[in-house]
Amino acid sequence: MVQYTNARLDASFAALADVTRRGVLEQLGRAEASITDLAEKFNMTLTGMKKHVGVLEKAGLVITEKVGRVRTCKVGPDRLEEATAWLEKYRQLWAERFDELDRVIEDLKQSEKLAGRKQRE
Amino acid sequence: MKNRTTVERKSERELVVTRTFDAPARIVFEAWTKPDLFKRWWGSKSMGMSLQSCEMDVRTGGGYRLVFNNGMAFFGKYIEVTPPSRLVWTNDEGGDGGPVTTVTFEEKGGKTLLTMHELYPSKEALDAAGTGAADGMGELFGELDEFLVTLGASGGRA
Repeated sequence: MVQYTNARLDASFAALADVTRRGVLEQLGRAEASITDLAEKFNMTLTGMKKHVGVLEKAGLVITEKVGRVRTCKVGPDRLEEATAWLEKYRQLWAERFDELDRVIEDLKQSEKLAGRKQRE
Repeated sequence: MKNRTTVERKSERELVVTRTFDAPARIVFEAWTKPDLFKRWWGSKSMGMSLQSCEMDVRTGGGYRLVFNNGMAFFGKYIEVTPPSRLVWTNDEGGDGGPVTTVTFEEKGGKTLLTMHELYPSKEALDAAGTGAADGMGELFGELDEFLVTLGASGGRA
């Protein structure tokens, strides 16, 4: 299971490591689009866009469907959340620790103030 | 209002966590380098984890050892200590797979931007940390594994 999970996360992260592909994903999050639409929008050749969509599709982030002569792309189910889920867990752990650290820092600031006041007295 | 914590996987081998604190760098640095202060915040209430013991010899070449209430131990060595702006340490509990952690404290207008950078020896090591095989967050990522199993079972498309 761990291996299987890692392979899936690998593909997702690799797919998301490119700014154009993140843009495509964002775009598809708003509406379905054909590869031609996407190539125009991102000012890219059809071949270039096909490659990007191919990577996203392999990672399961995007699914495509050929209707007549047009290949339509849309966001794949669940996979984006999966790729970001463990990072979000990690973030939550650190957010929790840092909120606690805020309290420690407040105490330190208070005792510094007190010490400063005593010195002046 | 609490300041926002961000996490980013910067590359295949790097994780970066950032957070701003409303205090000068020397105070934030103090909370990272004094064991009695460090113990107060390096746990996780939601995971029911607290530090049982905390030994830190904060100087270049000095060692540290953290033990949690569930017995999990974390240890390594400080490879750079520059008060109040920079701390670098190794994480040796996972053998060769552990990252090198660099924490920088940048003061600006009385506030401190903290950046924690973790550099893993390989992409595989970072992936393994993510699923709990290599670092001590087994509990945390164990839950995630379950979640992924559920997803895998319901999705089945891949």
